[in-house]
Amino acid sequence: MSTATLAARTSQGFSLRSSLSRNRRWALITSYVFLVMFAIFFLIPPYYMVVTALKSDAEVARMATNPWIIADGVTLDQFKILLTQTDFLIFFKNTIIVTVCTVAITMVVSVFAAFALGRMKFWGSGILATGIFLTYLVPDTLLFIPLFQIVKAIGLLNSYWGMVLVYPTLTVPFCTWIMIGYFQSIPKELDEAALIDGAGHMQMLTKIFIPVALPGIIAAMIFAFTVSWAAFVYPMTFLYSADQQVLTVGTVTSLIRGDVYKWGMLMAGALVAAAPPLVIYAFLMDYYIAGLTAGATKG
Amino acid sequence: MADTVQTWIPTRVPTRAPALVGARLPSSARQLRLFLRRRSTIAFFMCLPLIVIIAGLVLYPACYSIYLSMLNKAQTRFIGLDNFRFLLSRDVFRMVVEQTAIFALSAVFFKALIGLITAHLVNNLPAKGQRKWRGMLLVPWVIPLALSSLGWWWLFDPTHSAFNYILESLGFSEVGWLSDPYWARFSVILVNVWYGAPFFLIMYLAALKSVPEQLYEAAEIDGANAWQKFVHITLPMMRNIIAITVLFSLIVTFANFDIVQIMTAGGPRNMTHVFATYAFMLGIRSGDLPLGAATSLFMFPILAIAAVLILRGVRKRGREIG
Repeated sequence: MSTATLAARTSQGFSLRSSLSRNRRWALITSYVFLVMFAIFFLIPPYYMVVTALKSDAEVARMATNPWIIADGVTLDQFKILLTQTDFLIFFKNTIIVTVCTVAITMVVSVFAAFALGRMKFWGSGILATGIFLTYLVPDTLLFIPLFQIVKAIGLLNSYWGMVLVYPTLTVPFCTWIMIGYFQSIPKELDEAALIDGAGHMQMLTKIFIPVALPGIIAAMIFAFTVSWAAFVYPMTFLYSADQQVLTVGTVTSLIRGDVYKWGMLMAGALVAAAPPLVIYAFLMDYYIAGLTAGATKG
Repeated sequence: MADTVQTWIPTRVPTRAPALVGARLPSSARQLRLFLRRRSTIAFFMCLPLIVIIAGLVLYPACYSIYLSMLNKAQTRFIGLDNFRFLLSRDVFRMVVEQTAIFALSAVFFKALIGLITAHLVNNLPAKGQRKWRGMLLVPWVIPLALSSLGWWWLFDPTHSAFNYILESLGFSEVGWLSDPYWARFSVILVNVWYGAPFFLIMYLAALKSVPEQLYEAAEIDGANAWQKFVHITLPMMRNIIAITVLFSLIVTFANFDIVQIMTAGGPRNMTHVFATYAFMLGIRSGDLPLGAATSLFMFPILAIAAVLILRGVRKRGREIG
């Protein structure tokens, strides 16, 4: 390469660089413009739910004013009605019981299974691991009708204990799958050293695997929590009386009474019901996202 | 926590290891075999609860579903494939198949597209702001779908629709979001896209971060523009994760229940029914469990194909990562 072309190239390089930085700035500005548009699209429903929940019934019913803003002033009446005059608190209590039990069952079952499958190879363990992943892909809407018969036969129809029975099918496969991934990423030397030290399998699990894979365990717990909090098909199918109902179904069915929908109260109910997952997400976003992405990248 | 464990090991091992290894080595292979057999027995027992759950509450219902779908309504007589034949002969069911396909394919396409665009936009931002935007854009995914569907229903409410307020103030005529069959189809797809796009955003953003920066630098030196970089670097590097995410979303969208059940319950004129809501209507609402089971089972072939493809993709991805 001659010096002339080299010089031409470098000068071209300089102009290229300045145009690049200008391009970058423009790219950044367009990025922000489009991101704001997408953010508006994503946040319209939660915004509108909040606005409606803070209005008085009279303002919700009045059609002339702009529905997107609160004109008559903020009021918490809807929340007061929700908590005092409806079964909402019963739904909330039921949901907490079901979710806590489901998360506990899920974690015990999946941590043991993942430890066995990820570390202690045994006959059929490979097939079982694949089977678990495939089970995770079986949707609840494929099984709700046969499960209706089974739950009925067991005698748990219209009881939230039936939910404690069936929710683990939604959570255990995925949690086991991501825990296998986390456990496998722990260096082999660690358990060999523990074995040499005379640790049993239980000690190995509680003293090494659980502490080291704690981020994975938290991610799995968050997953189990959000799935059982948001489950809809099974309670919609198996529960029909208010004292056994959970939040998701209770809010969209039992709170609707008569022909006139009390939208302010409904939105207040939806917001309170959605609050626990949102709070967990706000504080543990990184674990939440780790659990979300782990399914496809680990294992 | 990880650090403490790792520092704990090297200090203890050298002191005790020699004695133990020395004691164990002379003993024959029999003892090792015994140890291994004991180990696999323990492993099996650790898996037992999982096996019981999967066998009892997934495999058994799945098989039972096939048997159930071959009974008559009262579940007293075996009628073979009559339920399936009956469904296929009905116009409503054909419409359900059509609507499920439209619903799933178009929703997944737009979810993937919006996810890809927003992931790129967020990735373009300076590292400091990315967290905040990512956190904000994931909110639809975090709200339980049943509850956000209720919010959307209120947005689409025939008399008070907040969207119609905007349309009217801009001089357009109002839209029957959930009362007009075709608008209702559009609305349920819109809600699904709204709910699912953030999932794609997160998956793609994670994948974008794993593309080595040097590739882009090399391309830039070679004079590649943004589009060329996207087509020749980003897409090939992300191909696998895109495939996995799309297939996974296809399964979930095909089997979706919440949105349609809450917003339209299949109406108007059964135009928005998907497999799940139609199965619910036949099986639970009308009490014909076998027919409902048969309807659900129509989802199975599509889901099985997608599941096998996902499994292949995940395995490949696992090997790529190492």
